[in-house]
Amino acid sequence: MLRDITLGQYYPANSVLHKLDPRTKLAGTMVFIISVFLFHTLPGYAVATLFLAAMIAVSKVPVKFMFKGLKAIVMILMITVVFNMILTPGEVLWKLGFLKVTREGVQLAVRMAIRLTYLVIGSSIMTLTTTPNQLTDGLEKALRPLNKIHVPVHEISMMMSIALRFIPILLEETDKIMKAQIARGADFENGNLIQKAKNMVPLLVPLFISAFRRANDLAMAMEARCYHGGEDRTQMKPLKYAAWDRAAYGILAAYLAVAIAFRVAGI
Amino acid sequence: MGIIKAFKLGFDYLKYDEDGNVQDTQRAVDDVNLDIEAGEFVAILGHNGSGKSTLAKHLNALLLPSEGTLWIDGTATDEEPELWKLRQKAGMVFQNPDNQIIGTVVEEDVGFGPENMGVPTEKIWKRVDESLQKVGMTAYRHHSPNKLSGGQKQRVAIAGIMAMRPKCIVLDEPTAMLDPNGRREVLKAVRELNQQENVTVILITHYMEEVIHADKVYVMDEGKIVMQGTPKEIFSQVDTLKKYRLDVPQVTLLAHELRKSGVDIPEGILTTEELVSALCR
Repeated sequence: MLRDITLGQYYPANSVLHKLDPRTKLAGTMVFIISVFLFHTLPGYAVATLFLAAMIAVSKVPVKFMFKGLKAIVMILMITVVFNMILTPGEVLWKLGFLKVTREGVQLAVRMAIRLTYLVIGSSIMTLTTTPNQLTDGLEKALRPLNKIHVPVHEISMMMSIALRFIPILLEETDKIMKAQIARGADFENGNLIQKAKNMVPLLVPLFISAFRRANDLAMAMEARCYHGGEDRTQMKPLKYAAWDRAAYGILAAYLAVAIAFRVAGI
Repeated sequence: MGIIKAFKLGFDYLKYDEDGNVQDTQRAVDDVNLDIEAGEFVAILGHNGSGKSTLAKHLNALLLPSEGTLWIDGTATDEEPELWKLRQKAGMVFQNPDNQIIGTVVEEDVGFGPENMGVPTEKIWKRVDESLQKVGMTAYRHHSPNKLSGGQKQRVAIAGIMAMRPKCIVLDEPTAMLDPNGRREVLKAVRELNQQENVTVILITHYMEEVIHADKVYVMDEGKIVMQGTPKEIFSQVDTLKKYRLDVPQVTLLAHELRKSGVDIPEGILTTEELVSALCR
């Protein structure tokens, strides 16, 4: 059933990573991404691999979930690798007609492949161990300084969490309208692409009307429950750094220092 | 003065043409006088389009009167600059349970009201625990609202209002979208709140069965209050109620018909037990 759809790809488990503050995890992901671009030699990548493997082990999420995210970027990965191999000038290894594979090309291709793969796996660790709501809360708090330059941080995060709450409801509604329209003879299956798109109209119009009606009702319900923006608002579950988070920041700082040291030393 | 008082309350819905000029006005509430005492259980009855929902929105300051005045706990709604302070005193539960639950987890939704009011974190938790307890939903606190039944969702919505510690709750057809079981669940919760917590309850409905336990009943038609009194007084006037397109409970109707055909029983019988004892006399 549509209502069982889980959003994002949160994998519930009881691990240290799950317990970390979402802000720590956001910072950690940033540090890891930076490090992947700082490292550019084999020993460097070994350090990154070690770090990533340790994180996967700590997260208690089955490894196959980590690699699921890679499926989406397989095409991009292939194109990057192939183009890097044949378009980088340098010492020619193979030659096939006008295509030349160079030593520098192969090196660059491998490097890019490692970087892209690690980027995806690194961010998967975050989304697998953090619920969408925690992520929203984390972003709100982490971005709060932007309030000073009049970015409506609270409003954006409120919209995100309401959207998350209503996605399953609207999916269910789509299902209902679809069945109602099929019962009235609508056809969503046959025809070419243009016809199919046209056939969506009797689905989309009622869906939009209902979404607007819901938005109106919800706004009224929020007002009735004293919602008046982010000012003077307290939180039921405020984000607080715990001992875990301080330890995690320590590890991240050490890791970043290693990455910078490697770059400076040119290893 | 009672907790909610209306004096010559009137409200017009305005219809605008394309240039933004008022084209048409429709009177939804007309010359309504109300005086509701703290701790009362009041029911407002009316068929569709009788203005009862519009009136309900006034009781929560979601709409402001076009004419007359409405006082919530002694403050006139059109004189208070920060309306949310009034809304805290008179909480409102709406018809569609899906469209009034904001949180993705039951307990977070119940905490939404206190969060908006700026209640400190530990106290929010205390209020949430208490409110869930009061409506009997503690076991579901970590569930997603999407997986609850209609009656359960509506009880969560009531808990969300109770967490704001209102003096009065207004329920705008809270059972209209529920099945009979859900309807019973919600009404039981509401009645308990009224009796045990002494919260003033204003129940707006078109189901007659729901109002037999009320202290006072108002009947609305075309924006006006046309009848008022105890449930017994109201239901003894079966023919007048029919004129306002309202159905009386089956037992009352049966008693009314029996009386008309010559059986000697009193008017205004509300429950099966009453009818049985009246007939066995």
